[in-house]
Amino acid sequence: MAADRPELDVRSSRLSFRDLFSETTISLTARPARTLLTALGTILGVAALVATLGLARTAGNQIVSRFDELTATQVVIKPETQNQGRENQVSAIPFDAEDRLTRLNGVVAAGTTSDVETGGQFVRSVPVNDPLGQNEFQIPVIAASAGLFDATRAEIRTGRFFDSGHDERSDPVAVLGPGAANRLNITQTGNAPAIFIGDEALVVIGILENVQRDSALLNAVIIPNGVARDRFGLKAPSEVLVDVNVGAAELIGSQAAIALAPNNPESLRVQVPPSPTRAQSSVRSDVNSLFLVLGGISLIVGAIGIANVTLVSVLERTTEIGLRRALGATRRHIATQFLTESAALGTIAGLIGTSLGILTTVAVSATRDWTPVLNPLLPLVAPILGTVIGLVAGTYPAWKASNLEPISALRGSE
Amino acid sequence: MTAPVVQLVGVGRTFDSTPPVEALRPTNLVIEAGDYAAIVGPSGSGKSTLLHILGLLDAPSCGSYYLDGLDTSGLSEAERAGVRGSKIGFVFQSFHLLGHRNTVENVALAELYNTGSRSDRTERAIEALRQVGLGHRLDAFPTTLSGGERQRVAVARALVGQPSLVLADEPTGNLDSVTTEAVLEMFQSLHEGGITLAVITHDNEVAARAERQLYIKDGMLSE
Repeated sequence: MAADRPELDVRSSRLSFRDLFSETTISLTARPARTLLTALGTILGVAALVATLGLARTAGNQIVSRFDELTATQVVIKPETQNQGRENQVSAIPFDAEDRLTRLNGVVAAGTTSDVETGGQFVRSVPVNDPLGQNEFQIPVIAASAGLFDATRAEIRTGRFFDSGHDERSDPVAVLGPGAANRLNITQTGNAPAIFIGDEALVVIGILENVQRDSALLNAVIIPNGVARDRFGLKAPSEVLVDVNVGAAELIGSQAAIALAPNNPESLRVQVPPSPTRAQSSVRSDVNSLFLVLGGISLIVGAIGIANVTLVSVLERTTEIGLRRALGATRRHIATQFLTESAALGTIAGLIGTSLGILTTVAVSATRDWTPVLNPLLPLVAPILGTVIGLVAGTYPAWKASNLEPISALRGSE
Repeated sequence: MTAPVVQLVGVGRTFDSTPPVEALRPTNLVIEAGDYAAIVGPSGSGKSTLLHILGLLDAPSCGSYYLDGLDTSGLSEAERAGVRGSKIGFVFQSFHLLGHRNTVENVALAELYNTGSRSDRTERAIEALRQVGLGHRLDAFPTTLSGGERQRVAVARALVGQPSLVLADEPTGNLDSVTTEAVLEMFQSLHEGGITLAVITHDNEVAARAERQLYIKDGMLSE
């Protein structure tokens, strides 16, 4: 009477994706508080990781942009040291360095600066016979071309800078740094105050407020190259300071020496700022490593949390598992369901954690007036990290659930 | 002549332990369509083993089990699960309803792993609930149901896939005498409706309501 096996009648049990999805949703939303607590470790781990990467990048960028303001647009040209040592050798920097360099595309301003040898002569203002007060000072004298004020981004407090006309005519004028003006007791230029360097009289036409580069100028008497050449025997400028456009430093660095000394460019040493990318990466790696380790540890803790609670939930849901098996679920269906739940939990945790991490980055940046900078891949990759954690954490509980005997599972609550 | 719903040919089950335990000795059994059979025996008699084999939750160590004329011994696990889901409805002693789902969702769960179309799953669940007289409690959650109502939900879940065989494992074990009576009356009406029922119980009164009584003792089945 045993019938032949009718092939068509056997249909393997199956679980559609939509059903799996809705089962997972129901399981995760049935106890929202518990779901959230389970995910908490992973949320914090991902948040810490994202915030660390975000803040490190933000801070790195911040430090670099400070570099930018001060040095990334500055090129300094000096003679090679070996040339300076030889007495008969004059510095290769010509007096028209400013003209030669401002012709280069990318140069904003250029100016020469030279320490003037005054032979130990004091600087004094108009003699006042004050036996108690000091009226002669050892003040450094610096010869400059007119472009130096622009190249150092100098601000004037009163009066004016000297210009190339003063330079060409060797007019006896001077601009005082604020420190020098203070010591010489000169506060305004309206009445054309005079100062004396040794016996040479000069008219003060301006007083500086501040400079952003070459702070030596702040305490110096600055005179045009022409005067320095005629009265103090300056043979050649000792340094050229160039203000360049952002990003042009490397280019100008390669051209400046040829422009200044076409016959012997090797005699000049050109200082360009370190390339921004190099500065950035070294800063970032310092900040990152420690916090990445911390973030990684909290991720591991998060994974253990998910694994733990999923395992507990497998034990709690023993009868449910048995029931599902009785209703036609295979071991694989059970494993898939638990794995999907923990992966979904991990993904949600990853999403929340990523959002928190980005918010932290933005909030910290806001309190410090930084510009938040984030790798655009981070918000995409971080939630996937959560998924992976969920999958890894769910593997053992899912395997355990799928191996439950439906028989004992169903009798469990008897 | 159509094949009987259940046909056991020399089916036995031995558990591999030291020494091996022969929980069910080679047994022959036929349950025809529409039968209402009670399998009675004290605990440890092997009736659970028989239940698991009948329910395709366990495979016999020897012999052949034909369900609706289909030899189940050669099936893969996925196929056996598929046959289990579509041809057998279970009613358990502890109901095993999911607490976070209402009665309709609990009943509809029975078709989760089967090929029944998804769209009218809810309608079929509602239909099955009406069949057991619970049409008025569709949105209720198990915690708000009485023991008898829960067992009726469990019966509805067993019926929804229109199985060939309904297997009840101690269906009245957790119920008082009044509700037991109500559930037994429901079984009676299901039987009259042509459903093939096998009730496993240790309670002779429950067994007495069935059409056939099978006794199991020490792994031996007798009628």
